[in-house]
Amino acid sequence: MSREVYIVDGGRTPFIRAGHKPNPLPAADLAVAAGKQLLMRQPFAASDLGEVVIGCVGPSPEEANIGRIIALRLGCGDNVPAWTVQRNCASGLQAIDSAAKDIASGKHDLILAGGTEAMSRSAVLWNEDMVTWLSTLNAAKTLQEKIYAFAQFRPKFLSPVISLLKALTDPVVNLSMGQTAEKLAYMFKISRKEMDEFAVQSHQRVMHGIKEQNYADEIVPLFDWRGHCYKNDNGVREDSNVAKLSTLRAVFDKKFGLVTAGNSSQITDGAALVILASKDAVEKYNLQPLAKIRDISWTALDPAIMGLGPAHSIADLLQRNQLQMSQIDFWEINEAFACQVMACVQALADADYCKEYLNSSGAIGNIDYAKLNIDGGAIALGHPVGATGARLSLHMAHTLRRQNAKFGIASMCIGGGQGGGILLENVAGVN
Amino acid sequence: MKHWQIENDAHGYCWLTLNRADSSTNTLGAEVLEEFDSCLTNFSKELPKGLVIKSGKKNGFIAGADISEFLELSTEEEAYQEIRKVQKIFDKLAALPIPTVAMINGFCLGGGLELSLACKYRVALDDPKTKIGLPEVMLGVQPGWGGSVRLPHVIGSMKALSLILPGKVLDARKAAKIGIVDAAVPLRHFQHAVEHYLQQEPTTRDCGIWERFVQLAPMRAILAYYMRKQLRKKVNPWHYPAPYAVLDTWIKNSAWSKDAYKAEAKSIAKLMVTPTARNLVRLFFLRDRLKGFSKGHDFAPRHVHVIGAGVMGGDIAAWCALRGFKVTLQDQNIEAISATFTRTLKLFTKKLKVPYLINAAKDRLVPDPTGIGVRQADVIIEAIIEDPVAKQQLFASLEQQAKPEAILATNTSTIPLDVIGQGLQRPERIVGIHFFNPVPLMQLVEVVSSPNTDQMVLNNALAFVGKIDKLPLPVQSCPGFLVNRVLVPYMLEAAQMYAEGVPGIKIDKAATDFGMLMGPIELMDVVGIDICMHAAEGVGATVPEFFKSWVEEGKLGKKSGKGFYNYDSRGKRLKVSVDNDKPVPADITDRLIMRLVNEAAACLREGVVADADLIDAGLVFGAGFAPFRGGPMTFIASLEKKQIKENFATLSKKYGERFNADPVWDGG
Repeated sequence: MSREVYIVDGGRTPFIRAGHKPNPLPAADLAVAAGKQLLMRQPFAASDLGEVVIGCVGPSPEEANIGRIIALRLGCGDNVPAWTVQRNCASGLQAIDSAAKDIASGKHDLILAGGTEAMSRSAVLWNEDMVTWLSTLNAAKTLQEKIYAFAQFRPKFLSPVISLLKALTDPVVNLSMGQTAEKLAYMFKISRKEMDEFAVQSHQRVMHGIKEQNYADEIVPLFDWRGHCYKNDNGVREDSNVAKLSTLRAVFDKKFGLVTAGNSSQITDGAALVILASKDAVEKYNLQPLAKIRDISWTALDPAIMGLGPAHSIADLLQRNQLQMSQIDFWEINEAFACQVMACVQALADADYCKEYLNSSGAIGNIDYAKLNIDGGAIALGHPVGATGARLSLHMAHTLRRQNAKFGIASMCIGGGQGGGILLENVAGVN
Repeated sequence: MKHWQIENDAHGYCWLTLNRADSSTNTLGAEVLEEFDSCLTNFSKELPKGLVIKSGKKNGFIAGADISEFLELSTEEEAYQEIRKVQKIFDKLAALPIPTVAMINGFCLGGGLELSLACKYRVALDDPKTKIGLPEVMLGVQPGWGGSVRLPHVIGSMKALSLILPGKVLDARKAAKIGIVDAAVPLRHFQHAVEHYLQQEPTTRDCGIWERFVQLAPMRAILAYYMRKQLRKKVNPWHYPAPYAVLDTWIKNSAWSKDAYKAEAKSIAKLMVTPTARNLVRLFFLRDRLKGFSKGHDFAPRHVHVIGAGVMGGDIAAWCALRGFKVTLQDQNIEAISATFTRTLKLFTKKLKVPYLINAAKDRLVPDPTGIGVRQADVIIEAIIEDPVAKQQLFASLEQQAKPEAILATNTSTIPLDVIGQGLQRPERIVGIHFFNPVPLMQLVEVVSSPNTDQMVLNNALAFVGKIDKLPLPVQSCPGFLVNRVLVPYMLEAAQMYAEGVPGIKIDKAATDFGMLMGPIELMDVVGIDICMHAAEGVGATVPEFFKSWVEEGKLGKKSGKGFYNYDSRGKRLKVSVDNDKPVPADITDRLIMRLVNEAAACLREGVVADADLIDAGLVFGAGFAPFRGGPMTFIASLEKKQIKENFATLSKKYGERFNADPVWDGG
């Protein structure tokens, strides 16, 4: 049995960029902040939810099964099950997919799904030598043993392991995410200038989106309980321009690289949640669906060019749903890196790539940049890996509604060599 | 037996359960103690292997002595005899040559702890409801059933005095840490722990060499000197003699002398018949009476919606969330909400201490810029600006959105309910729930009704106030209600004296010497000059000219850093230099208090509250009127009627007709 699944509402915190020190709110707090304001405006109680599914790549040590923590703290009560999913950069979309399946199968009628990430607070760990030394010291019984163990200490033991850097490096192909982007720039001959221009455009589109209130429907204000409140995403730079960006140095491939902090997504904290409902729930609580989830696609490819994942998922969604590119009104490709988004667009328009990798007889088509990431993306907003998938889905649902359009696809690349995409259909009367 | 149940188990242990037949709370009254005495006497015939004393009540172990019996004692000698009688019963318990265990769940206060201390072992249930201590000084007396002797034996004199002198009450874990109880255990181990101690030797603990040193007479004298110095900073010995009496008794007779119990009995007997103790005991019952207003109503609110994130709105929301309610705090201005959250987090941290509880309280409080909480709330409290039109419009829209059974409450302190209710379809729904600033500290909440208010709405409002652990005082809707109306003339008189050139600090000193918790000048600074002015205008009083210019200049009191006093950036008061040689008028206190009392009498005459006791309760719990004086009506009743009239006559001759005695004093 397969039932229709609707996104009926959603909310997210503003995305807060990481400074030189950890931001005040842990991942669970971010999701609770977004969720409690979202649930408050629903005509049903938190305890009416069937389950809660949360995507999170790096919860803190005290946040084991962070989904359950969030569900309980949101007042869902003891009897609403909750779980946590992880598909790296697409964990938020994975949460929506898992929840949608449980609704489609008839298991639940109402699910809170989404993701959260506090990247600024990702753990700094002792290295293995240090841990070994500490346990030897701990195990030493006699004074002599203790002195001996103590003497084994070396200063290099103190060098920390930055877990965020580890997470952003693919251990199988031994490339950092930025290096995989460098590789795409090389493959598709994308220049530094083109990347920087794309980045500037992202900032401008976000500012325009804020001005046009295109983010107002999805953002709930975030309070840090220390006297500060965030009303909007704070990564966007009004003064961003190509001249300025061109002065930045490459961070992943030093010296000759093209990918800089300015044309990559920002390290950011944030949470995004959506409420998914079956038709029964829509009728029971008189909910107003934002969009119907038509399909969700997962594809996989060479981890060294993981940035092309969206092209694979877009092709997959179109083929499975027998849609032409022209039928899709709006697109979101997560801006992990400027060159990576551009590479996806080029790959889909490239007959050779489409034939060889995307199971197509020719080029799939040209995505119009005017319909792609119309309100900007992660280069200006940031990419809290757990939350992004839910943010893109929610924003696309609102975009379709605002633009009175029918179909939209939101997609993202996934570290490790995967692509994820969601096809949404506006269910309000479309002209 | 009426109150006690005896149960002997298969192992030969006796389980003695106190379950007071005539009350929902265990207290130690004469009858309860007589029965207990006969139980102990029976043990001399057939001694069990061990004895457990436990409570049959879910709410707690023993709340203390039955205080109502206090008021029946008229002389010191009579009190002494009664005290000795109970001391001898507890001696009997202490002398049993078997393991005796007090099984403490919930409160174990005063006489309850003294009984437990006469047991060899004490096991406390580790639960937030467990409260252990000897708070007798709060009632103007001291521990009398051996507490001030046995507690030093158990935990040492210094620790014991540090608990008894301020009347401090501990939770189970702290009590275990300091050694009052042998163990604080969760419910799952409560029984095991008691059984464990039943199998121990029936010995009492020895408090060691340091305690023996402390007990030497010269050491006691030195320590007492410093403790008395500390005490003087906190309480005035003329107003509150009880802690000083505890200290004096300890110096004269160490807890180890053979006359220690008799000395304790003498000391408390003397305290029991003082007016201070009588007044404090009376207030204890008045507090119960106020709590009673909230009981017996079938109203179980869960969600409170507060509108207006000012100081009051923010604090009300924080308090309700702290007390377990789901709270939405509405304000269009997100920054205003954010500003209250800083203070809210401080409150949560102070009260809840542990992170998981703090998080839970934070999670219950939902910022609500668009007012979505209105539809779901059970109680809606308005705390916006004091503007009748704004309030009327707000309530008209609330009436449309709110659940039909939700309480629509205003926190106004000046605008009559009937004005706010104008234009509503059901104006009888409006009720006043008037908090005092600072909300976390002030126990009193005025629940305001007009003759139009629906009785059910009023009852529900009273019930709600009880559920957030505040003391509800039902008052009639009139300008200023009770507390502000009575305070305004008192504060304005202080302002008048200030304008006449009397230094503020001298005015405050006269008031605190009288026993006020805070002087009127400081009070105005804390409340805010603008708020005071507004309150004064609200009750139709003439506001001193300098108030207006201060408010225009932004000299608003503590919050602006400048008022009668000056404050540093952290809100700490800066030192004032005063010419001490300049004579101070002798009638400061009279001017302050007589105006306050006069207005209180007018309130009584007009029926703002039901009776004089409620005026006392309102002013003590809501405005910090000298508690040991029992409230303004009790204070004035302690004076001769002739003298009252004379006082008013003298003052009105000197200062004008604002001191004309209220018609109440005309009779007799």
